[in-house]
Amino acid sequence: MHVVVCVKQTPDSAAKMSVDNGKVTWGDSGLVVNPWDEYAIEEAIRLKEKHGGKATAISMGPESAKEALKTCLAMGCDEAVLISDPALKGSDALATSYVLAKAIEKLGDVGMVLFGKQAIDGDTGLVPVAVARRLNWSPLTYTIKIAELDPGTKIIKAERLLEQGKQIVTATLPAVVGTVKDINEPRYPSFMGIRKAAKAVINTWSAADLGLDASQIGAAGSPTHWPRVFPLPARAGSVELIDGTPEEIAAKLADKLLADKVI
Amino acid sequence: MSHKTWVFIEQFKSTLAQPSLEALGEARRLAAGRGGGVTALLFGQDIEGLAPDVIAYGADEVLLADDATLAEFRAEPYASLLSKLAQERQPDVILAGATTRGRDVLGIAAVDLGTGALADVTELKLVGDQIVATRPVYAGKLLAEVVGERRPLLLSLRPRAFPRPEPDASRSGGIEKVTPALAEDAIAVKVTDYAVDEGRVSLADARIIVSGGRGVGGPEGFAPVRELAETLGAAMGASRAAVDAGWIPYAHQVGQTGKTVAPDLYIAAGISGAIQHQAGMRSAKTIVAINKDPEAPIFKLARYGIVGDLFKILPALTAEFKKRLGQ
Ligand SMILES: Cc1cc2nc3c(=O)[nH]c(=O)nc-3n(C[C@H](O)[C@H](O)[C@H](O)COP(=O)(O)OP(=O)(O)OC[C@H]3O[C@@H](n4cnc5c(N)ncnc54)[C@H](O)[C@@H]3O)c2cc1C
Ligand SMILES: Nc1ncnc2c1ncn2[C@@H]1O[C@H](COP(=O)(O)O)[C@@H](O)[C@H]1O
Repeated sequence: MHVVVCVKQTPDSAAKMSVDNGKVTWGDSGLVVNPWDEYAIEEAIRLKEKHGGKATAISMGPESAKEALKTCLAMGCDEAVLISDPALKGSDALATSYVLAKAIEKLGDVGMVLFGKQAIDGDTGLVPVAVARRLNWSPLTYTIKIAELDPGTKIIKAERLLEQGKQIVTATLPAVVGTVKDINEPRYPSFMGIRKAAKAVINTWSAADLGLDASQIGAAGSPTHWPRVFPLPARAGSVELIDGTPEEIAAKLADKLLADKVI
Repeated sequence: MSHKTWVFIEQFKSTLAQPSLEALGEARRLAAGRGGGVTALLFGQDIEGLAPDVIAYGADEVLLADDATLAEFRAEPYASLLSKLAQERQPDVILAGATTRGRDVLGIAAVDLGTGALADVTELKLVGDQIVATRPVYAGKLLAEVVGERRPLLLSLRPRAFPRPEPDASRSGGIEKVTPALAEDAIAVKVTDYAVDEGRVSLADARIIVSGGRGVGGPEGFAPVRELAETLGAAMGASRAAVDAGWIPYAHQVGQTGKTVAPDLYIAAGISGAIQHQAGMRSAKTIVAINKDPEAPIFKLARYGIVGDLFKILPALTAEFKKRLGQ
């Protein structure tokens, strides 16, 4: 089975974010594979190891996103494709889902496409289900376990983590699987993998290569916009330290929390 | 121009979801500012009895779909019906809770309707006729004002970011029955089971959360955390360090790669307050930090700080609150 994993490059999760002249910056912190996508990459590699076939990583982003794709190759993906074009800049979730769906169609023989839960920059979590809709594939978002998969009969049984517990579902391939953190423990790239990835050639597809409709991509083709980004308001007041014996502390804190009406 | 505001109502086993009630409250506020009324979309099986509650919480009209294909939540039949109704009736705005179900439904509807979806909104305002939403970005490290230029505008509201309205039993409204958009054989996903976590307060809905981190030292270290949580009727949270160590399941993890929560009270015990943990809990109204290291970053966020050993402080708090709350 050919599995695809969609990966975004984002600022490091430990980066200090600030706004400079209306533009978001993160100092000299690096760019990384979106942390949520590591679980999707691991799952793609495990599926290929178990069922044969290949795992392809795709990313839409600037040239720098090749680094994220190299991490995918170093972990064990077989191929990687960067979708990059100045016309794609400013694409929102709707536009991104259009571009990724077109790329998956172009790959042709895909049985499953895996996603992270959300990208830690925009934090929308909309792209996976939107891609499923565009492809008209089974939407299995928030998957915490692929319990059974039979590429022959094309039946997949998955457990989805919803607010009240786990929903257990069966569906048919091809499917879109959105992963959540507990699905697996992502591996580190191996030394050999890193060496191989360093030499790998990563194909780049442009908007024209995918035959994209210009009115559906980039900032102009996106229905949502962020006219203003700003830092969080400072938390009012500073910490009030409470001391004494444990019993005294408990009594003082109880007084305060009851007075504040938070209990 | 019509200003119809719609709310996608979520129910689980015939209980209305809190975030849907909060969305009804916000829909009323939008309707008060712009007119147009509030329509609730209530889908499921044998859920007609919920319609009066939905009206009491703020709907002027309920579009009710009661069918076996809608018994368990599934994104395809739910979203297909919502999209079909929206195509026919042209609402201006559709609100939902920013839950797993709300995001899936709006994500599909965005594609069907070729419109924009704004996820996880924490504030809404009207600037003239324009709806401006505020939402956290970069894991809550920054805020963005976001707008959508096409209609209907789809908005998912972060749980507990908006007040829950008081139900008003004297409100009246119409109930209109609608039929599903998809037949069972057109739906790819079948639900075979649901493993409910019994007796657990859901983190997203919790008014109070008591969380433990690496400082609890092991799985048994969560006992005093659990006792205080039970005494306060609180949900139990954890840092990633405690989850990764296998001391407590992932469902309890708060933070950037866990749940985002906004309780009235968040008690963090043995948690240093790393930026990724803060991403999940910084919008709590009141934060109490218990940590033996006075330099721990969590104290910068906390309203009340206790420098000390959690194994002494938590049991003392449990005993005190048992007394105060008459248990
Ligand atoms: C991509 C990425 C995503 C992440 N996502 C998350 C996330 O979602 N959630 C999350 O929490 N973390 C997340 N992290 C991890 C985060 O960076 C921290 O490592 C983690 O939050 C630390 O957990 P902790 O505070 O429990 O442990 P520590 O930082 O080790 O802190 C333990 C604290 O306990 C105190 N302590 C010890 N013993 C006692 C005692 N007896 N009494 C009182 N205090 C005591 C210590 O003083 C210390 O401050 C993420 C990291 C990365 C890289
Ligand atoms: N530009 C992109 N390129 C590849 N995958 C993406 C891109 N943007 C989002 N994704 C995928 O969609 C998931 C959800 O992203 P989002 O909906 O933007 O929060 C991510 O975890 C990725 O798997």
